[in-house]
Amino acid sequence: MRGITKRFGAVTANDAVDLTVRRGSIHGVIGENGAGKSTLMSALYGLHPPDEGRIEIDGEPVEIADPADAIRLGVGMVHQNFTLIRNFTVLENVALGAEGGPILRRGLEETRRRLTRLSRDCGLTVDADAVVEDLPVGVQQRVEIVKALRRGARVLILDEPTGALTPEEAAGLFGNLRGLAAEGVSILLVTHKLNEVMEVADRVSVMRGGRMAAHFDTTDTSAEELAAAMVGREVALTRTPAPPVRGPAALTAEGLTWRDDNGAMRLDGVSLTLYGGEVLGIAGVAGNGQSELLDVLSGIAPVQEGRIAVGGRIVDRDRPADPAEMRGIGLAHVPEDRLRRGLVPPFEARENAVLGRHCGPGAGEGPLLSPSAMARRCARLMGEFSVVPPNPVLHSAGFSGGNQQKLILAREIEAAPDILLIGQPTRGVDIGAIEFINDRIEELKSKGCAILLVSVELEEIFALSDRIAVMNEGRIAGVFDRAATDAATVGRAMAGVTPERAA
Amino acid sequence: MTPLPRWADLGLIPLLNLGLAFFASGLVVAAIGEDPFKAASVMIRGAFVHDGGLGYTLYYTTNFIFTGLAVSVAYKAMLFNIGGEGQAYMGGLGAVLVCLALDNLLPGVLLIPLAIAGAALFGALWALIPGWLQAFRGSHIVITTIMFNFIAAGAIVSLLGGPLQREGQSSPQTRNIGEAGQLPFIHDIQRSLGFDATATPLNLAFPLALLACVGVWALIQRTRWGYALRALGHSEPAAIYAGIPAKRMVVTAMLVSGALAGCMAVNEILGAQHKMVLHFTAGYGFAGIAVALMGRTHPAGVVLAALLFGALQQGGAELDFEFRAITREMVLLIQGLIVLFSGALALMFVPWLGRILGPRR
Repeated sequence: MRGITKRFGAVTANDAVDLTVRRGSIHGVIGENGAGKSTLMSALYGLHPPDEGRIEIDGEPVEIADPADAIRLGVGMVHQNFTLIRNFTVLENVALGAEGGPILRRGLEETRRRLTRLSRDCGLTVDADAVVEDLPVGVQQRVEIVKALRRGARVLILDEPTGALTPEEAAGLFGNLRGLAAEGVSILLVTHKLNEVMEVADRVSVMRGGRMAAHFDTTDTSAEELAAAMVGREVALTRTPAPPVRGPAALTAEGLTWRDDNGAMRLDGVSLTLYGGEVLGIAGVAGNGQSELLDVLSGIAPVQEGRIAVGGRIVDRDRPADPAEMRGIGLAHVPEDRLRRGLVPPFEARENAVLGRHCGPGAGEGPLLSPSAMARRCARLMGEFSVVPPNPVLHSAGFSGGNQQKLILAREIEAAPDILLIGQPTRGVDIGAIEFINDRIEELKSKGCAILLVSVELEEIFALSDRIAVMNEGRIAGVFDRAATDAATVGRAMAGVTPERAA
Repeated sequence: MTPLPRWADLGLIPLLNLGLAFFASGLVVAAIGEDPFKAASVMIRGAFVHDGGLGYTLYYTTNFIFTGLAVSVAYKAMLFNIGGEGQAYMGGLGAVLVCLALDNLLPGVLLIPLAIAGAALFGALWALIPGWLQAFRGSHIVITTIMFNFIAAGAIVSLLGGPLQREGQSSPQTRNIGEAGQLPFIHDIQRSLGFDATATPLNLAFPLALLACVGVWALIQRTRWGYALRALGHSEPAAIYAGIPAKRMVVTAMLVSGALAGCMAVNEILGAQHKMVLHFTAGYGFAGIAVALMGRTHPAGVVLAALLFGALQQGGAELDFEFRAITREMVLLIQGLIVLFSGALALMFVPWLGRILGPRR
């Protein structure tokens, strides 16, 4: 793939990306969420044909306009979310798209022969007559791989293949992949898990901000080097937090474990304590459980295992607290995803300024809402947080990302919380607003609020945090004192390299 | 896509869609050999000008307002309540039970509010079950409300043919309710004030429907419950973030929706017929979906759409009289075309208008 460029509106998701995969090799593509990995793979599989650039397979330039082209050219893809028909048998699923005419029988027999051969040659053993929904996730994934191979794939793209697998299943998958590579299949492994890449891949390409940042042979590199390339530029320490005046513990989490709907473990025994007047930064490569931690602490996701002690009560599986109750306890939350969670996009600014607090006095007195009171309140918040344009009846989509964020921050800080959870406070925010937002977080800290800051930007973590906890694969990989650590140490922990045993 | 100016979105688009529907209807009329312009004038005169035409139009409009509001409220929470028909049917049962039990005991000022409450309560309860199933069991509201229409129809048939049947009668209907349970006709009020008025079924349920519109508007726009409902409808993740109890909102939205649908029976039973007959809902519950969509689920829009449907209903009857080749079914055809152009094809003109009106940005 040469000079691949793909734009979505004003956003350039891939900017002149080059990628070469040797035949019969396993090639890792890593990068944070939003680095452009998925877009690049979509280009190769014909889901989003690139705006510029060309693709060559075996040295021949090819045109891939849709997935049918890709399949014909021998490109197969195993998606993160499986595309199997759950109540079909393995055989029927694999034969899908290769039925061989209106009478099924011949195609099925041919498919069965192929299954036997794949099992013999590559160790990809599946029970052809099992119904897919009865199979464990790891085997379902094997079926996906076999399905791609049945359609003649010589280049196989795997998107986050281990997301839902147990460690044993992942090890089995890697064994299968090595077998396939030995048979001459080229494998593209898209992931943000550095350890996997180091374990199974021959070569690694690192993407960052839509560009190809670096290529490495896995034998010549280390997880730390990859982490540095992924997170990017040297961390510029432009700002240091004011010395904290640590107050009493405001929130204590013990052994929080949380599984998603697929049963994949997203949080694995997370314990932490937030103290008044202190910022705890959560660092980590995106997708290592930070979002789930925010969800559980804010009450959006129910506690499954472990407990949270906050505001004089215990929250656990038998004593759940929804977001409204958590707010009542004095917990405010600036969510990671502004447009999905933090705002109702079609609402006017004054309506969004009371979101989550619409039952309180800010929205009016008595049982009715008062639009004029809401507008006055919103105008005041807009003034205090210099939201532009200061128009309370403008729909939220009419504000820039930075001003949307300032409005959310204003809403949450207005409530004078004891605890503030804040996710990616400056993602997609212009530079002028970043400084403003950081100042407000500092100010809140000086008033004794306990703050949990989740960010994938190490600079931001170092600029604001008094302590830094690193998350890796759902676990707290280490807690560091801001003053006594450096970016390299934190980066190592983010990459999953165990820190010195001293801790 | 750049958003259209508000006036174009709310005014121009519905008018264009409506115009296209009427144009297509005109083609059909021409195809069967009648003059479409003459047909249009007959319909308009029948609906608004002829003696008593307006009264009938507004009487039909009342039904459409209630069922249209019912669909609108549920739609605000992104719930598609297809069960207005069954909820209205059950609402009739509630109203008629109150009247049959108490019309010899209570004066009208007490009985009528009680009967209205009975209609609303039964309608609400009939929507409660699908709402609860949606919220807590994941059964799709569209499926369950449709099925509940059939259950309601079956239950009412067996009641009207059995315990509620008027003694000594073979037709499946109740006895007439006493005068205390009857809503006054508008023409009676006019006459008592000394005006000359033609008798029509238009009754006090019509102003009640208009009041319901104001009430629904206030409920959606001016209460904390309405705020939560709109937040949930626009963005479920944001509503959950805000601590809005999504399941409880689904159930309560369906209760309000069902109560409004049930109130359609106030117009038919307390207002016009003074007894409960088989199939008195006559498809108004289903038409409410079209009315709500056409009215953009806003109470003011619902009134306008209901008026249009009411006028079609009444004007269509005139068509039947005047022309040999045109039957009442023509009205159904026009209604169908309106639903097609303002529902299924509602956004057809948007890109085109966007290009014409867009460059101002």
